[in-house]
Parts: sequence; C-alpha cells; structure tokens
Amino acid sequence: MSELDSLYQQIILDHSKARQGSGLATEPAPVGARLGESHQINTTCGDEVTVRVAVVDGKIEQIRWDGDGCAISMAAASVISELGEGEGVGELRAKIETFRELMRSRGTVEADEDVLGDAAAFSGVSKYPARVKCAMLAWVAVEHALAEAEA
Amino acid sequence: MATTRSAPHAPAGDAPAFADERVALFRADFPILGRSVNGVPLVYLDSAATSQTPLGVLEAERHFYKHENAAVNRGSHTLAVEATDTFEAARATLAGFLGALPEEIVWTSNATEGLNLLAYSFSNASLGRGGQAARRFALQPGDEIVVTEMEHHANLIPWQELAFRTGATLRFIPITDDGELRLDEAERIIGDRTRVLAVTHASNVLGTINPVVDLVALARRVGALVLLDACQSAPHLPLDLHALDVDFAVLSGHKMLAPTGIGVLYGRRELLDAMPPFLTGGSMITTVTMEQAEYLPAPHRFEAGTQRVSQAVAFAEAVRYLEAAGMDRVRAWDSQLGQRLVEGLADLDGIRVVGPEAGRERIGLAAFDVDGVHAHDVGQFLDDRGIAVRVGHHCAQPLHRRLGLTATTRASTYLYTTTDEVDAFLSAVAEVRGYFGVTS
Ligand SMILES: Cc1ncc(COP(=O)(O)O)c(C=O)c1O
Repeated sequence: MSELDSLYQQIILDHSKARQGSGLATEPAPVGARLGESHQINTTCGDEVTVRVAVVDGKIEQIRWDGDGCAISMAAASVISELGEGEGVGELRAKIETFRELMRSRGTVEADEDVLGDAAAFSGVSKYPARVKCAMLAWVAVEHALAEAEA
Repeated sequence: MATTRSAPHAPAGDAPAFADERVALFRADFPILGRSVNGVPLVYLDSAATSQTPLGVLEAERHFYKHENAAVNRGSHTLAVEATDTFEAARATLAGFLGALPEEIVWTSNATEGLNLLAYSFSNASLGRGGQAARRFALQPGDEIVVTEMEHHANLIPWQELAFRTGATLRFIPITDDGELRLDEAERIIGDRTRVLAVTHASNVLGTINPVVDLVALARRVGALVLLDACQSAPHLPLDLHALDVDFAVLSGHKMLAPTGIGVLYGRRELLDAMPPFLTGGSMITTVTMEQAEYLPAPHRFEAGTQRVSQAVAFAEAVRYLEAAGMDRVRAWDSQLGQRLVEGLADLDGIRVVGPEAGRERIGLAAFDVDGVHAHDVGQFLDDRGIAVRVGHHCAQPLHRRLGLTATTRASTYLYTTTDEVDAFLSAVAEVRGYFGVTS
C-alpha cells in the first residue's frame, strides 16, 4: 500500500461518503437525555463540525453531527458516531484517549482494532502531522459535548 | 488531454514570454526547486503564498552582514555611514521599481503591517493627532470606507477595526459571478461619504486584475483616498504607482523573491508628510522633551526603532533580479501559464475554476473546486506527487462565501515555473476524482 493509500484507506473513504450520524436536524434527541453540544473548527483549513451527544444514565444514546470538511475529518465524525453510540461515557472517553495517542504516534503505535473498530483505519493519518487535526476534530467535539452533558 | 495543449495564449502587453531555456537559467538560481519531496521532484506551484529566493538575494543579505553591518541612521562612524548608505540605496531601488520617490517608500515587515500602519495613523488623526494637516485622514460617524468583496483579510480586517474605532461605516463593492468587480455598483457606492477606497490590484484567489484607473477616477470624483493592495500585482506586473495615481499602496517582499519580514508601504509624499505616525520611539524624531516629541518627515517618521536593514538590502537585490528578467516579460510568462492552467482545468470533468474564464486576463494563478472532493484532500493527493499548492480559503473567507465555497485549491506560478510543471499538475488533477471514488 502506498503512503497515500494508507492515509486514504477504503474504510475512510466509505465513511466520508456514508457519514453515519450526520444530520443534527434529521432526528430529535431522545427525551429525558442529558444533552451536550460542541462546535469545533480547524482554522488551518476551515473544516467544521458540530456534535450533539445525548446521555442517559451514563450511557451514550445518540451522537449526531453536522459538518463540512475533508474526507479525513468527515470520516472521523462518522466513525465516532458509530463507535460511540451505546458506549458508557467513561469507556468512550478512554477510546478517545487511545485514538489521540494513536494520532500523536507518528506511525509508531499499532492500532488495536478490537478497541477502536473502524477508527483503527486512521493509523495512517498519524504519519501526516498536518492531518492529525482533521482526524481529531469530531473526537474533540465529542469530548467537549460529553463534558457539557455531564456538567 | 493536458499534455497536448494548444499554442500559448497571447499574453497581455506586447512583450514575448520567456523561452524555456531562459526559465531553465532562472531555475539554476533557485536551488530549492531542484529538491524532491516524497521521493519525487518538487513542483512548486505556491508562489502566490510565498515565492522562492534566488542565490543572489541570499548572498546580498550575507554580504551586508559580512562587510557592512552597523546601526543605520544613528551612528557617525564609517561603518554606520556605509550601512546607512546601503539601506537608503535599497529604498531608492524599490522606489525606482515602483515608479515612486524614495521618500514615499516606508519599510514595513509585510503588507499586513503596512495596512495596519495606515489604519492606525488614520485612527490617530481621528483623535486629533497631526493637527489640521491630518484632518484629511480623520474619520467620524457618517464617513464611509469602501473595500471590495474579493479582498484578502489583510485588506479587510484593519478597515473593519478602523470603522469600529471611529464610527465610520464599512461598505464593499460586490463582484460578478465571474469574479470581476461590479463597476456599476462601484459607481453607486463610491459617493460623497466615501473617505477611503481600499482595493486589491490583483486577486489572490480569482486572479482578476482590477481596473485601477476607473476606480481611481471614481474616488477622485468624491475626494476619497485610494489604497492599492499590490501584493499580487507587484511580483507579476510592471507597476508604476505615480502613473496609477493611487494615494497609498502596500506589498510584501516575500512574494517577489525577497526574504520574509520585509515589505513596503507607499504613500504620496505630501500625504505621508501630513500623516501622524503609528509606531513611535527612536529614530523617528527631531526634538524630544519629557512632555512631547516632534517627528521627522516621511519616510523615517514611520520607521520607529531599529529597522530590518539586511532584509531591505535583500529586497533591493530581488527587484534587481526582476528588473533584469524584465517585468513585462514576467507578466507575459505568468499570463501564459495562467491561461494554460485555466484552459487545462476547464477541460476536466467536475472542476470549477473561480474567477475570469479562459481567454480573459488573469495573473498566473487559478483556484478551483473539485466536485465531490474537499480541497484539503486534493492538496494531499497532489503533495503525494510532489506538487505544492495552497488549499483552504486563502485568507478570503467572504469571497469564498460569495462563491458558495468554503475552500478551494490554488495553483500559482512565477518566472521559474515551467510549462511541464503546469502540465504535470493538470494531469495529476485529472486523476483526483477517480482516486477518491467520485463518479458523475
Ligand atoms: C492580495 C493579498 N493581500 C495581502 C496579503 C498579505 O500579505 P502578508 O501576509 O505578506 O502581509 C496577501 C498575501 O497572502 C495577498 O495575497
């Protein structure tokens, strides 16, 4: 696989088109859930994402988002939306930390697919420091939104 | 196909474009152009962001430090006198290049600083500094500052801030869908209340060259001051600021073969001499008491503190390089490559070039949208082939919003860019949508 292909793995391209969980307005937040929202912007390239999380009894019921940006940032939003729903807040936080370590590893850390699922496909991104922010954008937004939901 | 392009387009002006052999000679002066990235030869198509610097310019800076370095305009020892002479000679070189007088050339660190200098000097005049002579720069509620919809943030935000500080109103001249200024609107908007018209000469996104003569005429009719953002014109077109009859102009050296950290603010002499300073301190005064100070005339009034002497010297060497190449020929070359870019891109499916269509005048750049692929991904794909382009909003968010886009990919040329590089870029762009699985 070329370097570029390891960045743009098929899973990533598929997610960037499928955009799981995209559309804040398409589905209302579950009633009774604690909500948190976060808007993040990548100032270098203008990628933008707004994430809303709905938490019920420490469990994430729903992650919805709207965004505009590159394949990496859109796929990352899609992946975390899929990965996070049904998780406990603490568990997802731990996964976000694992993902962050992977992103900062400059290619030195092996991704654990059992933990990260489709997000493991982002390991190639860590070799492109300029793109790490793109991959982290929605994940950071989820982190902030969770903090707001729990406040 | 991009590789079988037709005969070169007739460039603006009469000068012939460079022969390929001449471009090869230029390239020998820019060692960086010979390097590779990602295991392939570098194709540098980002000169509109910052240009590369030839050996002679680097050598000029080094020579200054090796043989002439001293504090300028301060000391009286021999070295200081020599350094001052060299510094002021650099100013005269820039003045000659721009069709101005040396006293009309103020060194800044870049165009952005020049624009802020102006906006803060106007602010100070609005507070009464500079007395009666500076009233012409003073703004108050009811006054209007006019910019255009295609401005770089550097020629927008300082005016927004000035409007906030003074209560003046900021207005803008809209553009057509083809990225040209709407002169009918300009005529309507530039009126009795207009005090300042700040407009770019050439757009860093659209490539459009604005009709400065018409705009100056509109401003003169109502007595407004005209500022020209020459960042993208000074590197690529012959420029004669006196002939254009603008009041102020700004430019950045790093876009025209000089190092970073040096730029120029041009102002008509009588205006600069009447304008209150922005930065104050050493080297810009005549008499200082504990209560107040009197200021030197321009340009030194606007050059407080120790200056970027070696960079000014390097900048002068850079314009000598451009003069030796011939600015009319640089324009012809950039214009030819610019046309090749637009024509080549227009031939591809799913590509929308912003700005004037093929065949219409533009500088050597083309920004475009690829349907279904974000600019950041386009840039990454090209980088993998060694092709350096700029992606994003290019510091022109309002313009992108007007075009209905958030980001574009921009390729830009200079005198060292080859036809083969443009063609390599075009063939790579032709593959982008396929790579990302976009079908239409
Ligand atoms: C049209 C235009 N104006 C202003 C600027 C600002 O130049 P600098 O960042 O060197 O001050 C640029 C450069 O990006 C430009 O292209």
